[in-house]
Amino acid sequence: MSMRAGRLTRRAFLVTGAAVTGGLVVGAGYLSSIDMTGLDGFANADGTVGLNAWIRIAEDGTITFAVPHIEMGQGIFTALPMLIAEELEIRLDGGNIRVEHPVDELPVYANYTLALDMRPEEATGPLYWAAKKVFGIFPLIVTGGSTSVVGSWWPLRVAGASARLMLAEAAADVWQVPAGECFGEDGHIVHRPTGRRLAYGELARAASAKAPTPNPPLKPASAFRLIGKPTPRLDVPAKVTGEAIFGIDVALPDMVHAAIRQSPVFGGTVRSMDAGAVRSMPGVIEVVDLGDAVGVVADSYWQASRAVAALPVEFDDNGNAGGDSARFLADMHRALDATEAHAFRDDGDVDEILAASDRVVEATYETPLLAHACMEPMNCTALFRDGEAELWMGSQSPLIARWGAQSGAKLAGTEAESVTTHVPLTGGGFGRRADGDLARQAAALAASVPGRPVKLIWSREEDIRHDTYRPHAVSRFRAALGLDGLPLAWDNRVVSQSLDRSYGDRNLPVGGGNPAKDHFSVEGAVDPAYAIPRARVELVDHATPVPIGFWRSVGHSNSAFFVESFVDECAHAAGIDPLLYRRGLLAGRPRHRKVLDMLAERSQWGRPLAPGRGRGVALHTAFRTIVGEVAEVTVGVDGALSVDRVVCVVDCGTVINPDTVEAQMEGAILFGLTAALHGEITIEEGRVAQSNFYDYRMLGLADAPAIETHIVPSGEPPGGIGEPGLPPALPALANAIFAATGQRLRALPISKSALRVA
Amino acid sequence: MITLTVNGDDRRIDADPDMPLLWALRENLGLPGTKFSCGVGMCGACMVLVDGIAMPSCVVQLGSVDGAVVTTIEGVAADGVLSPVQQAWIDEQVPQCGYCQSGMIVAATALLAENPRPSDRDIDAAITNICRCGTYPRVRRAIHRAAEAATGSGGDGR
Repeated sequence: MSMRAGRLTRRAFLVTGAAVTGGLVVGAGYLSSIDMTGLDGFANADGTVGLNAWIRIAEDGTITFAVPHIEMGQGIFTALPMLIAEELEIRLDGGNIRVEHPVDELPVYANYTLALDMRPEEATGPLYWAAKKVFGIFPLIVTGGSTSVVGSWWPLRVAGASARLMLAEAAADVWQVPAGECFGEDGHIVHRPTGRRLAYGELARAASAKAPTPNPPLKPASAFRLIGKPTPRLDVPAKVTGEAIFGIDVALPDMVHAAIRQSPVFGGTVRSMDAGAVRSMPGVIEVVDLGDAVGVVADSYWQASRAVAALPVEFDDNGNAGGDSARFLADMHRALDATEAHAFRDDGDVDEILAASDRVVEATYETPLLAHACMEPMNCTALFRDGEAELWMGSQSPLIARWGAQSGAKLAGTEAESVTTHVPLTGGGFGRRADGDLARQAAALAASVPGRPVKLIWSREEDIRHDTYRPHAVSRFRAALGLDGLPLAWDNRVVSQSLDRSYGDRNLPVGGGNPAKDHFSVEGAVDPAYAIPRARVELVDHATPVPIGFWRSVGHSNSAFFVESFVDECAHAAGIDPLLYRRGLLAGRPRHRKVLDMLAERSQWGRPLAPGRGRGVALHTAFRTIVGEVAEVTVGVDGALSVDRVVCVVDCGTVINPDTVEAQMEGAILFGLTAALHGEITIEEGRVAQSNFYDYRMLGLADAPAIETHIVPSGEPPGGIGEPGLPPALPALANAIFAATGQRLRALPISKSALRVA
Repeated sequence: MITLTVNGDDRRIDADPDMPLLWALRENLGLPGTKFSCGVGMCGACMVLVDGIAMPSCVVQLGSVDGAVVTTIEGVAADGVLSPVQQAWIDEQVPQCGYCQSGMIVAATALLAENPRPSDRDIDAAITNICRCGTYPRVRRAIHRAAEAATGSGGDGR
């Protein structure tokens, strides 16, 4: 199957179909009225003017960029301004630049790149014209799938160029010269023949009335001043002085605070509570039954958290107390032999080739549920007044937050006719903040004290126990190797829990998708870059009451561990060096081969290591980016594991900010290593057994390896960088442990296995 | 009534003496740079200096620090001039999401006050703060850089 028909496609077509039909009913004029270019200028009440949906200029020359993606560490508040600034011809280090997440939810901010799984520059033609507008109706504002740069690469350079041309026209009017004689330079329009200059701030008002140029010429890569140059992040200074405002830091007049306790068993509900027992505690204002949780609103967070802890509550487990990780795992292993499975790919003859082969390699792998453990605990501040809700939250999707708040209002027996969402900085998202649960709870709590903002903060314990978890999975492979040792046939069956179903049921009006055909469960496993003549890749869904959610690289984090561990096993079975083996499977894949070759060189792949040490390699493609990693480990005679070094080579096409690419690779590798080494959420009696960092362990500074990142120079369009560095880290580590010890670790986390040097 | 000297200013706080210092700083004194994360003193996001010693303020009871001198991230820069640690943090482009960085910077500040040229091993032992974004390699580089800047010699001290 084509991976292009990817991530949210099913829903995209559902929604597109519905809206195209709707569009026909209300008339084609409706869709035409939705502006999906965002290039028109406008004047603001505060005296600033907008040159388009992304650029606002004040008379003093202050430039404010509206970035409709949440800054959660990935550097998007710098990368997207770089795209605009490149064409607008301004500097970013002049001290006059502001970046903010816009409150206005303009249609053009819709992330149709994610929804359609297409670059904006590719999504042309009448069907996509309609589809884009449909996503603009909601609008589908979302940060995820490593799409922010991919989806902005073309529109934001256009926005910068169009604004510059509007400013040039305004200057040409002033000087009464042809606009073609005027060009942009360092925040000024310059008249080429005379050298006269006017600052953008002086021209902005007149420029905002000019008609935009929808398809302005864009610079060739050879002319880039900013793109591709290491650029200091615009958000960093405030993050070292403590001035950066995160969602949890929002302070509003008359604000009160809330804490909650949720049903420990997933699917449980409140049977009874004795609100009177805590009403007289200091500061307590309201005690609220949220259906599956209880909340206390108080003058301070400390008072709210003390009261909610003391609140006598009985929960019904609604028959879900039997959930247990050991049983889930046994069931998933059994499901490997299920008679029904959905084939995402079947090239044919797989069984025949396997049956006829005398060189069959077989292995089964398993991965656990994982939490996000964002450093900033889940929180949301909500104000409810006269049917209007206002939210302040680190949300990866204001659309999902709006739906969450509306459902929270209903829960409180009222309606939120409008929802306004402010998106501050956030302390890590990783997919967790794409859910609407916090908005739902905060809106319901706020409805209990209308007119007063309520800041709801979850404790770390609530955060770990009520996360939306990375799916657990089991994956079995059988491969028949040919005379050259390479696979002739490849049979892979995955058993996993559906993200699409679980997330959709929680968050989307149309509900969850068909779990049996959930692409997220097999992304990265269906179409590896390797040339495998006959492959079959199937899925069996395994439903549990555990909520499943987006997680940094989601399905890829499982698939890469499975596929890259198994390819390693095939290489060893064939007696071929694992890196050369992969190279042999990459005929006709020059970009992948280049990554591997650079990786071999930079990691000194062939250089012998002392006993007890080992190197492992892994290569994975995700989010339009190819990443290869080599991990180097030492296993002591006592079995103690040290990850000494990770060498990473990334081909993400055109690089915007190389320093951010390096930082994202470092971060993704450490996120992946944390998962591989320690990450495991277990369910006992229907509830999560872990609760905080002492039993859901994080890699620390002392255990972090040295990381070297090398970027393959490329003129291809940009790929994503937030997630693709993660998946290869897990198999590279497991493969390195095999090289050091001869132990093949097929179940994560590694901390479950006792290591020994052969 | 609890009395504290916070970032050089005398402050009086009328609150439950059992309340953690963290919440007094954030809610009563309007200093949100100190972050809440684990609530059990493990992750370091809430680190502040109490009489010069780095402490996780989420497990320090307000009543136990009456009269103490407290420095938060907001007080690390002197008169608007970034400290060598903060400058090194910018030069090495350490923060990603930035949420744990207040505590990291406070912990690094305390380390360098005690040990102006820490080795990698010293840094391993002293910096136990958790960062989910994976800034550790840059934190290490920035501490060495700040040490060099503050002690003014070229050696790397490792």
